[in-house]
Formats: sequence, C-alpha cells, structure tokens
Amino acid sequence: MASVAPAPLFTGSDWDFSLINRIYDTVEPIALQEMKLNIYPNQIEIISAEQMLDAYSSIGMPLFYKHWSFGKQFVTNEMLYRKGLRGLAYELVINSNPCINYLMQENSATMQTLVIAHAAFGHNHFFKNNYVFRQWTDAEGILDYLEFAKRYISQCEERYGQLAVERVLDAAHALMNQGVHRYPRIRPRDMRAEAEREAERQAYRDRIYDDLWRTVPVGAKAAAVPSDERRAALGLPQENILYFLEKTGPRLESWQREILRIVRLIAQYFYPQRQTKAMNEGCATYTHYRIMTILHDRGWITDGAFMEFIQSHTNVVYQPTFDSGHFGGFNPYSLGFGIMSDIERICMNPTAEDREWFSDIAGSRDPVEVLKDIWINYRDESFVSQFLSPHLIRQWRLFKLLDHEGESELRVDAIHDERGYRRIRRALAREYDIARQEPDIQVVDVDLAGDRTLMLEHVVNDGVVLDASDAAMVLQSLANLWGYEVALSEVHGESRKELKSHRCQPQQGWIG
Amino acid sequence: MVYQGQAGGIDRWRRPLRDSAVATMHIVDRRLNPGGKSLVNRQRFLRRAKAYVSQAVRDSLKDRSIKDLAGEGEVTIRRDAIHEPTLHRAEKGGNRERVLPGNREFLEGDRIKRPDGSSGGGSQPGEGEDQDDFRFALSREEFLDLFLEDLELPDMAKKKLVAGKIEGVRRAGYSTIGNPSNLSVPRTMQKAMSRRIALRRPSGRDLSRIEDAIAEIEGRTVPLPDDDVALERLREERAHIIRRRNLIAYIDPVDLRFRRFEPVPRPVAQAVMFCLMDVSGSMTAHMKDLAKRFFALLHLFLSRCYEHVEVVFIHHTDRAAEVDEETFFYSSVTGGTLVSSALDKLIEVVKDRYSPTDWNIYVAQASDGDTLASDNARVVGLMQDEILPFCQYFAYLEVGREEFASIESATSTTGLWDAYLPVSQANRQFTMRKVSHRREIYPVFRELFQRRGVGERASA
Repeated sequence: MASVAPAPLFTGSDWDFSLINRIYDTVEPIALQEMKLNIYPNQIEIISAEQMLDAYSSIGMPLFYKHWSFGKQFVTNEMLYRKGLRGLAYELVINSNPCINYLMQENSATMQTLVIAHAAFGHNHFFKNNYVFRQWTDAEGILDYLEFAKRYISQCEERYGQLAVERVLDAAHALMNQGVHRYPRIRPRDMRAEAEREAERQAYRDRIYDDLWRTVPVGAKAAAVPSDERRAALGLPQENILYFLEKTGPRLESWQREILRIVRLIAQYFYPQRQTKAMNEGCATYTHYRIMTILHDRGWITDGAFMEFIQSHTNVVYQPTFDSGHFGGFNPYSLGFGIMSDIERICMNPTAEDREWFSDIAGSRDPVEVLKDIWINYRDESFVSQFLSPHLIRQWRLFKLLDHEGESELRVDAIHDERGYRRIRRALAREYDIARQEPDIQVVDVDLAGDRTLMLEHVVNDGVVLDASDAAMVLQSLANLWGYEVALSEVHGESRKELKSHRCQPQQGWIG
Repeated sequence: MVYQGQAGGIDRWRRPLRDSAVATMHIVDRRLNPGGKSLVNRQRFLRRAKAYVSQAVRDSLKDRSIKDLAGEGEVTIRRDAIHEPTLHRAEKGGNRERVLPGNREFLEGDRIKRPDGSSGGGSQPGEGEDQDDFRFALSREEFLDLFLEDLELPDMAKKKLVAGKIEGVRRAGYSTIGNPSNLSVPRTMQKAMSRRIALRRPSGRDLSRIEDAIAEIEGRTVPLPDDDVALERLREERAHIIRRRNLIAYIDPVDLRFRRFEPVPRPVAQAVMFCLMDVSGSMTAHMKDLAKRFFALLHLFLSRCYEHVEVVFIHHTDRAAEVDEETFFYSSVTGGTLVSSALDKLIEVVKDRYSPTDWNIYVAQASDGDTLASDNARVVGLMQDEILPFCQYFAYLEVGREEFASIESATSTTGLWDAYLPVSQANRQFTMRKVSHRREIYPVFRELFQRRGVGERASA
C-alpha cells in the first residue's frame, strides 16, 4: 500500500506555498484512497490575523451584507483577541463548492498540516455527505447568493435609506431562529436561480410601473370565510414566521419581503450546522487525528512535529468537568471525537457489553466504513442517542441532574451505572435536539374578519416559558413587520391551558 | 474533479497561483487583499450606540492622565443598549434536566443545593466581565471624534491660510506613462477603439461572418457550380482578415493612458497657543494641575483644527519668562504677582515670532486671581488695546482651591476677575471661567467651545 516517506515533509515551523502544495499532495491520497472520503474540490486561502477577525464578524462568510450587529461582533472579538483572552481559530471552512478553507498565516507548518487534514478533508467530507446538509443547503450557489444579498441590500439602502433598511434587518434578525423550515421541502432551492428571479421581477416592475393605477378604486370586500378554509388558504399553522410574513404580510413593500427572504434563506443555510456541531467537529477531528498519525507512522512528519500536533489536539478535545470552574457545557470536539474513537474501539476490540449494546457494528473491523455511514445518516441528537456507549459514560463519569420548579433542591437522577446508562444517553441526546431546546412557536391564525390580529402560539415544554423581556422586544419587531396587532399565547403542552400571553401593537409610522 | 465555475461571483474568489488543468486544489494568497472589511460595520455599530459611547468617552476623562488623553482606549457601555433580542426560553423556572461530566461522589437520588444565580447556565465563565457591561476598544480617531464632538472654533476666528510646506496631490489629466495601478481603463479602451477604427481593423463579427459563409458552402451536400471559386475567394478574405487582426492589435501599448497626478502646495492653517500661568507662591499644586488639564485639552482641540500648532509657555510672578513645558509645570519661583508682566512678554513674543497676519493666535491664561490692585489698570489697557485685537481667542481660567470648591466660586471674586469682567463683556473673543475641581474642567471646556447652535439649545 502506501510507501514510507523518503524524508520528512518539513523540519522547522516555517512554510511556503510549495510546502503547502506538498503537504496537500501527501495528505490527499491518504484521505481519498485509504479513507475513501468524498469531498468538494478544495480552495485554500491564506489570510492574516486581521482578516480572520473580519471573517469572524460576518459569521465566517467571505462576503456579507452590512449591518451594525456584525460591527458589534467585530469589536467584541477584537477586544478579546487584543487582550489575549481568546486566540483566533487556526482555520475557518465554508460549506461551498469549491470548499473554501481559510488558513492563518501565523500557523506553523505542523498546524497547516493539521488544519488541511481537519478542514479540507474532514469538514469538507461531512459537508458534502451528511444528509442534513444535502437536504437543506446549496453549496453550489451560496457564494453567488451572498453576493446577490449584499448587492440587493446595498441597493435598497440607496433607494430607501440606510435607516429604513436597518429597521427591517433588525426585525428580521430578531426572528431569524423562527425563520427556518424544519421539515423537508419538496425541491432543493437553487440560489442562483433565486437571484435571477428577483432581478427579473424588479426589472418587470420598473417596466410596467404606471402611476395611474394608484387612482383606481379598490374593489368591494370579500365575504367572510370560515376559519378552517381561511387557515388553509394562509397555510396555517406555520412555524416559519419569516416565511409567513414574506408571503402574507399585508403591509410590507416588495423590497422588505425580499430582505426577509434573504435573512430567512441564510438562516436556513446555517440550520444544518446548528444540528450537527458535535458530529461535524468530531468528523473533522477524527479525520485529522487519523491522517496525522499515519503521516507520523510513515515518516512524513517528524517526532517533534507530532508532539506539537498532539499538544494542540489535546487542547482542542479537552473537556473540563462540571466543578472545575470553567465548565461551559460539552465541548463539541471532545464529544464528537470521543464517541467516534469509541466506535473505532468497538469495531476493533469489542467487549461483551459492546456486543450486547452495538451488535451491528461490534467487531466489524472496519471503523472508517462504519463511521462514514454514521457521518452520512445522523445528526447530533440521533448520533448521541445511538452511539454514546456505557464505556464512555463511565469514562466521563456522566450524571444527570433534575431541576424541578416545585423542589428546593436539585436531584441526581442517574449516574454511570446499569440503571442510568439509557437515561443519561436519552437526556444528553435531548440536549442536542434543537426542536426541544428552542421554543416551539407557530403562527396559528389571523383575525381577518376583525382587526387583522396575528395570533401565535408557544407550546410550552417542561413548564419553561419565554424570556419575557426579549419576547416583548421581538414581538414589537414582529408587530411592526405585520403592521397590525400581534398576540402570542403560551399554552401548556398537554393540558392546552394558557400560561401566559403577550400582546403588542405596531409602532406608528414604522412601515414607511 | 476540475471545478467548472462560470458564475462571476465565484470566479472572483478564485485566483489560483498554481494553474494546472487537473488540479483539485487551489491556493490563494489573500494576505495582501485590502483589509478593513469590517470598518463599515464598525462605524454602523458606533453610530447605533452613539449616545452611550459618547457618554462613556466623556466619563473616561476622569480615569485618564493628561499624557494619554489622546490615545486609543477602552470604553464600557451598557450591554442592553445594543442588545439583539431573540425568542428563547427563560433562564429560570420550569422543569429541566441536565447531563454533566465528572461525577465524583454523587449517587442516584442524592440531593444537591441549587447553585445561586445563573452560574452553571450558559454564561461564559472565566472572562471576568460583568454581564451587563459591554467593553470594546476605540481607535484614537474614533475617541477624539466623540470626545470633541460638537465643538468648534468660535466663529469669530478668522482663518488665515498661508502657503506652507505641505504638499498635496491633485488629478492632472492623463499621461502615456505611469504606474499600472493608475491605468485608466475607460480612457485606454477609448484610445484603442479609435485606433482600431482608424486603421480599419476587421472586427470579430467580420471574421465570423466569413467563417459562417465558408461553413455553409462546405456543408452543402450538393455543391453549386461556382462554389469552388466562391470558397477560394472567401478563404483568401479570411486569411486577409486574420492577418490584419494580428497586425493591428486590439490594445496596443500606444493606447495606454494613465491617470496623472501632480503635487501642489497646499495652504496650511497654523496656530500658536500661548499658555500663561501664574507661578507665584499662592498657586498650589492642585491649581497647577487644573491649569495643566485645561491647557492639555485646548492643545488637543487646536491640533485637530489646525495642521500645525505651536505652543509657547510663559510663566510669571512679578517677572515673566518664556520657558519649556517641564519648567512651566514643575518649577517654583517665588515672587509677587504682576499679570501685566506676562502680557508684556506675550506681546513681545508675538511681535518677535508670530506675525498676526500669518498665525491664528490663541491664549489661555490660568491664575488664582491674586494680583496687585495697582497693576489692574495696566492689565486692562494692554488687553483692550494690544492683545485682543490680534488674538482669535483669549480664555481666562481662574483656578480655585479644592477645599472651597463648592462655596467659593459662587460668591467671592478676586481682583483679577473684577478687572477682567468688563473686558469680557465688551469682547466676544474673551471668555473667563472659574474652576476649582478636576471634574469641572471638561464641562467648562465644552461650554467654551460648544458649537453655537448646540450651546444655545442646551442652555435654553
């Protein structure tokens, strides 16, 4: 199979472009022929620290529309970076075709090797194959779409004024999490066609514009329609609030609808990333670990470089314990990589317990094939609920706490024992279930016969209601976009009893 | 695995260094791309949070020493001022479950005291920052803009422009030689087009027309009788067109036009600022500190209004001397107090070095107001007849003792104050204020230089 290296790729920490090429050419056959990864073509871009800060503040995208909130991101990151509180990422990778990998110029040669293995092969493979990404994102068109979005929004700023556009963007951003379709759509969205469609429409509108139409009297009102028919006609209930506003908001201008659409489509593009954080990082970390180990075994990198890699790798997968003082939740790198390494162990050296729990993969002796199947077919929630093994629960000494409203103390509900494994696994999986972690809010009805009040409902799970002050602010934005009153009622999941209700009137003169 | 990208959007992101037909990977060096992509967003953020940032900047004065007053710095504003709300579940209440790593002693069924506050929640520990505060750094420019916002030179200032040494550049037509970055594409294309028309270069359309005609004849299954002749003629014509197209370039070096720039001397507004201070025994260290702060602010402000600002320090007891900054603030000289001596010195220096026709002259005087009563008539005379006519602005700052901060300033007056009062009423460019505490310096300074419209609104 693979030959032993004639000499290490590099000895010092300096790199140049030809070295990057040689590193890539060495890593590529390991990833593509031995691991049989399936990737988008790579484009590797070398950037400076300052450019990395820029990239941070526009959610990692190479181009983005302008908004003050990105400036806020920027000053925060800049501050943390300058004070040395936070280092910058070694890389940034974009789910696009070709897959864009940003490498920092400050990285040493070892780090560049690590980052190429991690991002250019690990993340890239995951983006191209995982079902959530295939279902929801359009890697081909995203950069074109962002270009369109940026241009469109800056044109709107010229036409309608920066403040008017900013108001719409602020309101849309507030509803961004409620701007995704959570269930599969019928056809994949072609971002490039979207951009052309809108340009065509705008041109058509400009062409047929005739001021005379303003003076034509509007026809008589339609008779009242029964509620079921009305709701069906409006496509209710609807969980995608931005979509609903875009399609039915009675007072929005077409450019405002288009901005809502832009924010919504971008939210949708990022939706898979939120569902697969641990798996995505796990896949990339597992890939880089495997590739770096092979490179070292065959003499492509020196012992010194391997030590440097191990140190950095260990930092990345470090998981503080809950009482260590800097616990901030589970580290996705650690969780993903931990479970995937454990799967490798189960495939290679299963114990009797593993055979009982994972009869289909235990002892299969081909961990990469097993993992590739997992990378394709799972997201964080299903991944944890299937593959978190008793072995890992013991190793990490996981335990489950219950915090009940009525009780004055917390209760330890399960620990790493026979009785607790499944309960811990189920509870941890639930923490990765976005549908459970985010409030379930839907547009349920519109009072078309009366004052056009938009009615929303939050189905409360586990008695956790919305954060009241934020909810009031978001509802204000929603009312402004809708143009009439908005009512949100929080109802108990099972009993349907109303727990809390909010109402909000639009601000006068908000819609110009 | 070759990527086929047609869309303009992506092409701009692909500028491969290594261009081989079968490459699966491109490396792009973006380090030299223009930076500052976040600048617009940053400015928008500052505009958004302006009210809070301005306040923070003004508050930060009390923490800063004179030296780094003009530096960049951190400011803190309230986090909720720039909050971006979302619909999310409340931090508290309801029934929750949580899985945590690192169990040491707990057994199933154990009960644990609920931790206080939101710790253990989603907060970011270890950053050591108050959750309600949002800290960030302002650049020097941003800081000064906000710090000196709404201030302007009093509008009686006659701006004198003199030809200085500073040279600017301006556009000066086009030239045939120049730097590639100055290439004027429209002008070059225009030249190229007129040359092509003049020399009758066959267009691509001519060529394709001939080629179409050839293809048509060649494509005929049943040849017409005179096809051979026609084909011969067309091929000759095609060869001719191709030759001419090769001979007459689409763009020729003679077409290149570059934007030309030429240096021009630019008039420079220059100012001189005189700092006058009483250093007699009655001036305490506290009073000197107050004066110093005022001078520093004035210097900062003038530096932003004029490209070139010079500072002259004159201290006096009953004699006056021009000194350097160190001596000015830190030396002590004993003696009585004769304000007129300092004014004499001022007039002397102006006559000597700063001709009023070339310089904008600003004077700031600080004193505790103790002066020989017999001197006052001469002081007022010098002021009215000699000094005020040549200076743009004269600010008199009377510094008081810290311990009398609240009482003294309102009621009692000093000899110098009384003497200056009629002068200030008669002349708009003369102003006087009393200050006895550090915190009053900046407000007084703002008051003096408030943009007129703003000031009137504020006092109304």
